Amino acid sequence: MKKKINSNTLLLLITIALFLVMYAAGCIIYKDKGFTHLQTFLNIFINNSGLLCVAAGMTCVMLTGGIDISVGALIAMDCMFLSVGMERWEMNALVLCALVLIIGIVFGLVQGFCVAYLNIQPFIVTMAGMFFARGMTAVICTDQVSITKNEFFVKLANAKINIPFGAYTNRKGVLQIPFVRYPVMIALIVIIVIFLMLRYTKFGRSLYAVGGSETSASMMGLDVKKTKLKAYMLSSFVCSIGGICFCLNTMSGSVRQALGLEMDAISSAVIGGTLLTGGVGNVIGTLFGVMINGTISTLVKTNGKLLSSWSNIAVAALLCFFIVLQSVFAKLKDRNK
Amino acid sequence: MENNVVLTMRGITMTFPGVRALDNVDFTLRKGEIHALMGENGAGKSTLIKCLTGINAFEAGEIHVEGIQGPVVNHSTLDAQKKGISTVYQEVNLCPNLSVAENLFIGREPKTKFGTIDWKAMVKRSKEIMAGLDMNIDVTQNLEEYSLALQQMIAIARAVDMDCKVLILDEPTSSLDDNEVEKLFGLMRSLRDKGVGIIFVTHFLEQVYAVCDRITVLRNGQLVGEYPIAELPRVKLVAAMMGKDFDDLASIKSDESPVFSDEDLLIDAKGMSHRGTIKPFDLEIHKGEVVGLTGLLGSGRSELARVIYGADKNQTGTLKVKGKEVKINNPIDAMNLGMGLLPDDRKAEGIIADLSVRENIILALQAKRGIFSLLSMKEQNALADKFIDMLQIKTASRETLIRQLSGGNQQKVILGRWLATNPEFLILDEPTRGIDIGTKTEIQKLVLQLAKEGKGVIFISSEIEEMLRTCSKMAVLRDGAKVGEITENLTQETVMKAIAGGDQNE
Repeated sequence: MKKKINSNTLLLLITIALFLVMYAAGCIIYKDKGFTHLQTFLNIFINNSGLLCVAAGMTCVMLTGGIDISVGALIAMDCMFLSVGMERWEMNALVLCALVLIIGIVFGLVQGFCVAYLNIQPFIVTMAGMFFARGMTAVICTDQVSITKNEFFVKLANAKINIPFGAYTNRKGVLQIPFVRYPVMIALIVIIVIFLMLRYTKFGRSLYAVGGSETSASMMGLDVKKTKLKAYMLSSFVCSIGGICFCLNTMSGSVRQALGLEMDAISSAVIGGTLLTGGVGNVIGTLFGVMINGTISTLVKTNGKLLSSWSNIAVAALLCFFIVLQSVFAKLKDRNK
Repeated sequence: MENNVVLTMRGITMTFPGVRALDNVDFTLRKGEIHALMGENGAGKSTLIKCLTGINAFEAGEIHVEGIQGPVVNHSTLDAQKKGISTVYQEVNLCPNLSVAENLFIGREPKTKFGTIDWKAMVKRSKEIMAGLDMNIDVTQNLEEYSLALQQMIAIARAVDMDCKVLILDEPTSSLDDNEVEKLFGLMRSLRDKGVGIIFVTHFLEQVYAVCDRITVLRNGQLVGEYPIAELPRVKLVAAMMGKDFDDLASIKSDESPVFSDEDLLIDAKGMSHRGTIKPFDLEIHKGEVVGLTGLLGSGRSELARVIYGADKNQTGTLKVKGKEVKINNPIDAMNLGMGLLPDDRKAEGIIADLSVRENIILALQAKRGIFSLLSMKEQNALADKFIDMLQIKTASRETLIRQLSGGNQQKVILGRWLATNPEFLILDEPTRGIDIGTKTEIQKLVLQLAKEGKGVIFISSEIEEMLRTCSKMAVLRDGAKVGEITENLTQETVMKAIAGGDQNE
């Protein structure tokens, strides 16, 4: 039997191809600005490790047909809690991280309960969550707090994990060894775990089933409410992991941190082939979505003359492109029937 | 209690807002029998099934399942499945975005020793299941790639594979063609021989007599009786369902066929088509004429109607309405020309489940008038009451949500919606599918009444008998093309021959 390429697989392939084309173009245009170095590529991961986690969680929620716009604010709250905890309250970094994760789970539990069991629109619930988290951030502290005292955390943030290949000598004759940081490793582990979960666990497949048709899922004996509750818990939990990554990157907390990050996560997922209506998507697509987002901003930054807002416009154009593509595919599918 | 009984329901009672849906109903299912559950719309068949499978909670009564001590109360479909009660519903309740294999196994996936899903085993076993039913399809493809009929068979395959003692088939045949129905019956018989008790809910009398051993009849939420099939001839069954003597259906149409002149020409389609769905066709419809579109499932019946109505864009040819050439780009254009379309998939295209009966009725009229000329509440109420009365819609009030109505009554509401726009030309696509015989007759009479008032009607139905009773002309479709027209000598035989493609009438 000949295997047909599913239109969803095709969408994913287009996303990957687009990333490669974009990156190759960058390599050609900005060759002399160091775009071809492995480190430039790794920097995309370093800069977006927090976003990677958040977008992976967002993908799970979007698969059920829901949305979670509280994640940006939750990250701000996490960062502020960590910063103030370490600087002012002088608490242990690991204890704080554990607390952040617990807060994430409880946060998701409340949101998920409202969505799944009280049947409230996910947009409204998570919007309330967003205002709450942003407000709590300011309640904890209104200043910008930098982390300097906690030795362990500072060491962790500055640690480099060297990559055994791709080293080069720069113009000054210093050997540059490519590296990543711990948040990147954390983010990649999150992506891999969620990928495996979506593909190989009952819960993962239930997310797809619920997004495909809630009535059918419940008729087939799946617990739709519990699945949704777990999805929101997972999103907030993974988002808190992202918050720790984010904090390791910025080493500070402020009320205005991670503004609009939820939209970056949603756009990454959509570019990666996740449908807002649920049931279709994959965390690998989301990974490439984040990388495309990261590549665009790197391209704009490398250019140096362009206003950074141009990356927003590029993302907008891409989003349009992918949404149109998805609807064209949906149309084609209908016609084939 | 007889010892081969697998399921007993005693004194089941439940109330919906304003309606006593079930009143002290008993039901008994034995091992190795196919038991038909019959009744008109709103008789309580679906409600009884839902009480059994845990979707509805009943107020009084007891359910006993063989091998389980004490009364059984299911709280969910999952509960019921665990107790050996599986259901296949009229609407396919599977996930279109998952593969066939997953749809067969979701909720009970084979696991590897690490507790993860064993895809290999799942695909292998799915292939075996489908091959066992003579369906050699690619089980790794998404369900949405397959036709509705195949999806239905897959749903049944899922239920069958779950070692069930009680298999409930709720209108499983409405979307299958004769061949597929036969295949399903074969499956049902072999399951019966294996000792499964099957509850078969259907509106097709023929099918009941073809496959069932026993019949239980409900009427208005009450039990009429349980009969072995041999003791209940068709006429008695219909009488039991309707609670009155059989209204002779054949007598509703007058025998003389009307003559139409060119002046009365309402719709004149020449060479219209839509790529991929229907090849170019000509069709003439006069005032006061009921034209039937007949053909097998998927032959292009609905598609032809959709092109005339503008739901699918006409890509070639011309359309004249009352002698004037018109261009229809979308359904609103068609509505403004006095057309109305009653779609065949009422769940997806017809009803808006969360609106009231009144709102569903005034919807098309309001759309036609545009947003700046709102119907006053008084007008809306008057309209709603008029059609509830005229079509005898069984509803607690005009403000009841339409999803609380039974299927046949929902269909009547949609019919009312189009009648409210006072159309000159109506397309009725399977208006009687899934509704009971009494309502069917009412709708057929209504169609003839509309024709008498000078409206043109296209009538699409899978039941040839029904079309013979209502249509004065039939267009025959095969494989997406109109292949002939029958105007004289309309009998079951001539129509069947035309569909099959043997000798055709000129």
